[in-house]
Amino acid sequence: MPNIQRSTADKTGSVIRYAVLVVGAIFFLLPFYLLVRNGLSTEADITSPSWKLFPSSLKWSNISALFNDPAVPMLRSLVNSLVIAVVQTTGVLVISALAGYGLARIPFKYANAVFYFIVATLLIPAAVTFVPSFVLVSSLGWVSTLRGLIVPGLFQAFATFLFRQYFLNFPRELEEAAQLDGTGYWGTFWRVVVPNSKGFVAAIGTITFIGSWNSFLWPLVIAQDQNSWTVQIALSTFLTAQTVNLPELFIAASIAILPLVVMFVFLQRWIVEGVERSGISE
Amino acid sequence: VASLPLTERLRGRHDRNLWFVIFVGPFVLGLVVFVYIPIVWSVFLSFFNAHNTVTPTDFVGLGNYLDMLRDPSFRSSLLTFVVFALFIVPTTFAASLGLALLVNRARFARTFFRSVFFLPTACSYVVAALVWKLSIFSGVRFGLANTVLGWLGIDPVAWLSVTQPPWYWLVIVTARMWLQAGFYMILFLAGLQRISPSLYEAAAIDGATGWKVLRYITLPQLRATSTAVLLLLLINAFQAFDEFYNLLSSSGQYPPYARPPLVYLYYAALGQGQDFGHGSAGAVILTLLIALVALGQGRFLGLGRKED
Repeated sequence: MPNIQRSTADKTGSVIRYAVLVVGAIFFLLPFYLLVRNGLSTEADITSPSWKLFPSSLKWSNISALFNDPAVPMLRSLVNSLVIAVVQTTGVLVISALAGYGLARIPFKYANAVFYFIVATLLIPAAVTFVPSFVLVSSLGWVSTLRGLIVPGLFQAFATFLFRQYFLNFPRELEEAAQLDGTGYWGTFWRVVVPNSKGFVAAIGTITFIGSWNSFLWPLVIAQDQNSWTVQIALSTFLTAQTVNLPELFIAASIAILPLVVMFVFLQRWIVEGVERSGISE
Repeated sequence: VASLPLTERLRGRHDRNLWFVIFVGPFVLGLVVFVYIPIVWSVFLSFFNAHNTVTPTDFVGLGNYLDMLRDPSFRSSLLTFVVFALFIVPTTFAASLGLALLVNRARFARTFFRSVFFLPTACSYVVAALVWKLSIFSGVRFGLANTVLGWLGIDPVAWLSVTQPPWYWLVIVTARMWLQAGFYMILFLAGLQRISPSLYEAAAIDGATGWKVLRYITLPQLRATSTAVLLLLLINAFQAFDEFYNLLSSSGQYPPYARPPLVYLYYAALGQGQDFGHGSAGAVILTLLIALVALGQGRFLGLGRKED
C-alpha cells in the first residue's frame, strides 16, 4: 500500500515538474519567436490591434529590403563584426594559451610575481576602465578603426588564468615522452599539448567569440564612424532612433543572432564543459 | 654559476628564462600597454582639470573626487545600482537554481530543456533590448504585454516611460534574467552533479523526501556554487550598461531616472565636453568599489591559495 501511494506521488510530482519545464521553455523561446515573426511580417501585421500568431504571409523580401537600404550599413557591420570576432578569438587563444602554458610549466624565478601581476587585473573589470582605455586608444589615433576595436581586447587575463589552471592538470607523462625525444618547450606545446587540448580550446574559443560578437560598450565608444560600426552598434543606433522601421529592425536582429545560435547549437557541449572546468562553482 | 657570461645567466638553465619570456612576454606586454597604462593614466587625469585634453596641466588635487562624491546624480547612480541589484540578484539566483533542479531531475528530454534555457546566452543585450522594447513591453496597444492586459480588460501601460509606478524595472530585470539565468543554471547543474549519490541514498533510508532533501542535503552541498553565483551576479549587475542604454535612451537622450554607474560615467566622460578629469575620478571610485567585491570573488577562484 505505501509503495503504491509513493509511486502516485512520484508521478504527480513528475507531471508538475514537466509542466513547469514546458511553460518555462515557452517563455525562454518566446523572444526568438517574436524576432522571426516580426522580421517576416509587414508593418501592418505587427501593429495590428488583434494579435496575429503568425504573419498573414511570410515576407521574405524584408531581407533584401534590409540589405538594399542605403541608410543601414548592414552588410558592412556584419563583416566588421565577423572580422573582429575571428581575429580577437584567434588572438586570445594563441596569446593566452602560450602565457597559460608558460606560467604552468616553465620554471622561472619570478613566475609567481608575474602570475599575481596578471590576476590583479581580474579585480578590475574592463567595463569600468573604458574611460582610460578610450583616452589611450584615442591618443594612438585608433578611434573608428578596426585596430582600436580589436587590439585592446586581445589581452584577457581571465582566459590566461583558465588556460594556466587547465595546463597545471595536463598529464605530464605526455609531455615527458616528447621531452625525452629532445623536443623543447615550443615543440612540446604545439605538437603534444595543443592537439590534446582541443576540447578546452574550443570552449574558450566559443566563449570568446560570443563575447566579442555581442560586445557593446567598447564599440559604442570607439566605432564613431559608420564604416567601423559593428552589428550591435548598427542595431542599437536604429533601435534608439526617433522612428523605427519595425520589420527591418527585427529581421536585422534575427540575422545578427543567427550565426551565434547555429554555433551555439553545435558547440554547446564544449561551452558547458568549459564552464564546468573553469572551476567557478567549485 | 657566477663565472657564466651575463647573457647565458639571463637565458637561464636550458634557456628556461628565455622560453618563459617567449611564452608569457606577449601577454604581459599587452596587459601593461592596454590595462596598466590606461589605469595609471586615469589616476593621473583624475587629479587634474582635464576638459577635452589628456595631457592636462591644471592640477586640482582631490577636487574631482570631492565633486563626484557631492554630485547628487553620481550618488543616485549608486542608489540605482543598489535597487537594481536588489531586484536582479535574488530573482536570477532563484530562477537559475530552480531551473537547474528541474532539469537535473528530468529523465526525458533533459538535453533539450537544458539547451533551451542556455540558448539566450548566445544573444546580445542589444537584441534582447530590441525585443523587450519594441515587442514584449512596447508601450502601445499592439505590444505583447499590453495585448495580454487587453484580453483581461486592463488599459495599456507605457512600460518604459512612466516612473509612477516604475514599471521600467520590470522590463530591465526580465531582460537580464532571460539572458543570464541559463548560464548560472549550468553552474548549478555542475554543482549538483558533484553531490555524491550516497548522500541521497542515506537520506532515502532515513525516510527524508522532497523539501527535506533539498533543505538538508542539496542546498548545503551547493554552498560554494551559490556563493560564486551570488558574487558573479553582483559584479555583473554593477557593470550593467547595455540593456539600460538600449532600453531607455532615445535619439541621443537618456531620461533622468534609471542611470546606473556606467551609464552615468558614459555621459559624464564621453558626452558633451569630454570631461576626463571627473570621468576618471568616477572610474577610480567605481573601480575601488568593485575591487572590494571582486576580492571576495577571488577567494572562490582560489587566487589566495598557495599553488604548488
